[in-house]
Amino acid sequence: MRNKTAILVAALTGLHLILLLAGFVAPYDPAAQNRELPYAPPTRLRFEDATGFHLRPFVYASTRVLVGDQAGSYQEDRTRAYPVRFMVRGSTYKLLGLHEAFVHLFGVAEPARILILGTDGYGRDEFSRVLFGGQISVAAGITATFIALLAGGILGSVAGYYGRWIDESLMGVTELFLSLPWLYFLLGVRAFLPLHLSALRTFFLLTGVIGLIGWARPARLVRGIVLSSRNHNYILAARGFGGSDFYILRRHIMPKALGVLITQAALLVPQYIAAEVTLSFFGLGVSEPVPSWGNMLSALEQYSVLVSYGWLLAPAGALIITSVLYGYLADALHSG
Amino acid sequence: MKRIAGLTLLYVCLLAGACFAAKVAPEAAKPGEELARMADVSGRYGGHLTIGQRSEPKTLNPVIATDAISREVIGRLMGDLIEINRSSQQTEPALAKSWKISSDGRTFALQLRKGIRFSDGFPFDADDVVFSFGVYMDEAVDSPQRDLLIIDGKPITVTKVDQHTVRFVLPRPYAAAERLFDGLAMLPKHLLEKPYREGHFAQAWSLNVRTSEIAGLGPFRLKEYVPGQRIVVERNPFYWKVDSENQRLPYLDELVFLFVGTEDAQVMRFEAGETDIISRLSAENYNLLSREKARIALQLADMGPSLEYNFLLFNLNDLGGKKLDDVSKKQAWFRDLKFRQAISAAVDRESIVNLVYGARGTALWGNVGPGNKLWINQAIPHPSRSIERARELLKSAGYKWNSTGQLLDAGGQPVEFSIITSSSNSQRMKMATLLQDDLAHLGMQVHIVPLEFRALIDRVFQSFNYDAAIMALGGGDADPNPEMNVWAYSGTSHLWHLGETQPATDWERELDQLMQQQMVTLDYARRKKLYDRAQQLIAENLPFIFLGTPNILAGANSRVGNFHPAVLDPYTLWNSDELYVRGPGLENAGVR
Repeated sequence: MRNKTAILVAALTGLHLILLLAGFVAPYDPAAQNRELPYAPPTRLRFEDATGFHLRPFVYASTRVLVGDQAGSYQEDRTRAYPVRFMVRGSTYKLLGLHEAFVHLFGVAEPARILILGTDGYGRDEFSRVLFGGQISVAAGITATFIALLAGGILGSVAGYYGRWIDESLMGVTELFLSLPWLYFLLGVRAFLPLHLSALRTFFLLTGVIGLIGWARPARLVRGIVLSSRNHNYILAARGFGGSDFYILRRHIMPKALGVLITQAALLVPQYIAAEVTLSFFGLGVSEPVPSWGNMLSALEQYSVLVSYGWLLAPAGALIITSVLYGYLADALHSG
Repeated sequence: MKRIAGLTLLYVCLLAGACFAAKVAPEAAKPGEELARMADVSGRYGGHLTIGQRSEPKTLNPVIATDAISREVIGRLMGDLIEINRSSQQTEPALAKSWKISSDGRTFALQLRKGIRFSDGFPFDADDVVFSFGVYMDEAVDSPQRDLLIIDGKPITVTKVDQHTVRFVLPRPYAAAERLFDGLAMLPKHLLEKPYREGHFAQAWSLNVRTSEIAGLGPFRLKEYVPGQRIVVERNPFYWKVDSENQRLPYLDELVFLFVGTEDAQVMRFEAGETDIISRLSAENYNLLSREKARIALQLADMGPSLEYNFLLFNLNDLGGKKLDDVSKKQAWFRDLKFRQAISAAVDRESIVNLVYGARGTALWGNVGPGNKLWINQAIPHPSRSIERARELLKSAGYKWNSTGQLLDAGGQPVEFSIITSSSNSQRMKMATLLQDDLAHLGMQVHIVPLEFRALIDRVFQSFNYDAAIMALGGGDADPNPEMNVWAYSGTSHLWHLGETQPATDWERELDQLMQQQMVTLDYARRKKLYDRAQQLIAENLPFIFLGTPNILAGANSRVGNFHPAVLDPYTLWNSDELYVRGPGLENAGVR
């Protein structure tokens, strides 16, 4: 069991590292439009050409057919191969948001392009966008989880520890929050704000709202644990020795709740990522040209896009992988 | 046992009734009936065609209908005195077989066809015409067509000369006045006079109207309405047009309008062969269908540029009294012609055509596009995109750039504004995203704010709380007159500066005069000259930054005959009387 948890933690760490270093892993600038290449399909990585097999993979440059029955489709120019190179110079980005850098993990020489997941309707590299979009979506999920657990943990323990009217009123509030239709609530909140919000402010608004609405469930869990351990003998003893309320909560009660909180976190993160995706899908999240999994998926609202350009489903795939990994982790933590 | 047998019998009868409901046969021509002969039309009788509509029509009342979906159905049921042939864009005699215009252009004498009847068999004459116009011009009815018939605040006078002659007197000369008659359906006085006199005209002819209570002069008449599902219209056996072999039109037994929901649902139903005709296709859906052509038998038509124009609009409204300091600060930029010229120069219209319209569209530099062959001013220049020229224009207007490339105005403020656009229109959303990138090359920071359509309209027309917007206008008729409300300073769609009490600038004054003048000029060449100058003024002063226009794309199942889509609304059904079903198996084609 422990082994499984370790593998899952390693996989998730890898995933988050890739997202964190998106600028380095992504071959292109996620907002750069390449208007000659709208809806280009994923580039095929090749090992074999007329001269035989090559160890180093290569790609062909593609151009868009403009007229005739095949208009809109792409044709490969097989006269010249472009080998895939590692650690190449490319567009500048900020590593970890601080350090200006221009080295990318891999790339090909212009005019060829290595489009692992094709391009969207503006010719922007979908793979780079999935990585940068993941930064926003996953960070939103984690931040919102943190807010929800922090608020839930504090309010839950206060309610459980002090009991009586404090408990009654706080739990009444949780019921109110649990019954809140959060999508409509957010639509309402958005209507009161100015037309345009910067990406950063939108991000904090989203995570704040998701987290603040989500605190109710963990609060109830923590309250239950605190309530059940409040009258244990060792707590009574600690109190007899003159331990303050804060000391007892921190030293004796919170450690018991910690395991539950961590399992909760593994459950809540994918939920909140999905919440961010939903909101961005409806245009309430970060706006163009900043990618997030949700606003990328909104292109698929159109039937013609959905049936013609399957590679644009990539953000949904990324969301599923992330959710499944977190789900297994929660499962492993719970049973282990 | 007996009861069950009885019930079964009842069901059998009902089913039989449904299956074998007699198709209405066209009436034989009566002597003295002045029918319109369409010399170049031929086809064959029978069958039905199905059309998918985005939603249910709101009403079947032609006087109060405002939405395109209602008008699509109503247009099949009703007839006009003079029609605009959607294919030639010229007027054609319809219920009026001929008309005379007095030399001063103010008096019209219309000769009605004799012996023709409404779809319920009741004869049509001058009394119906006078009644209809009375209803359209009645303030209490509040018809959207009323504005057209009130010229200079005075209504058109309509008088019956004899049973088949009607005289219209206009308060002043009005160019192309005969085009006004298109879209004014003639109403049956014998059915509508009672609700009109009793003051509940607006409730008449709702969707639930009994088929015996609605009649018109169109090729079809109402057969059934199933709420939430469909409207079926059947042949009007008394219709007044015949084909080249003197067979009475229409060819089709029935036309079925299915309510399918969304544009995408329309495409899916069409793809599945459940509907036969589709119009207003987006380029993406058109390309999708043309890939399907190998699998399903389709005829697709690209009719070339539409008359609609999409544009970027800056808020130049007078904001005095409104607390919108944020917007009014930016208006200093927007009011600067060089700023607008710079934006126009930076817009990559070619990419709009390619990426938004999938190469099935046309870039625009003025309000009249190449789809309007009669009125376009060919002299309007089409400068290609140039970031350098845009930068020069900005520099000469006192703008500068800081070290990070951000554009600053003369006061050192960074240039940053948002563009609102309708979230349900993916094409305009795409234009906004392209513009955002184009203007980033000038160092402008542009934000895109998708809004629900009603919220957008409210901001543009009421609260003026926006910086810039992407919208579309036009598309109704090729004539300049419907454009009056955009370019006349007092017009209701004078979007960049609504509610002006007098023209804010000299060029707006000149534009207003030109538009008013062309409206009373009867000679085409002189009118064209005036409108050319108006187009030139618009293109030079850029109240709108024109972007592009989509092609009119339509499709039909290949069994549809005489399918001739047009660039004017209604794009595909304007000749529904001439459409027919090709091929064998017609006997079964009518059975659903």
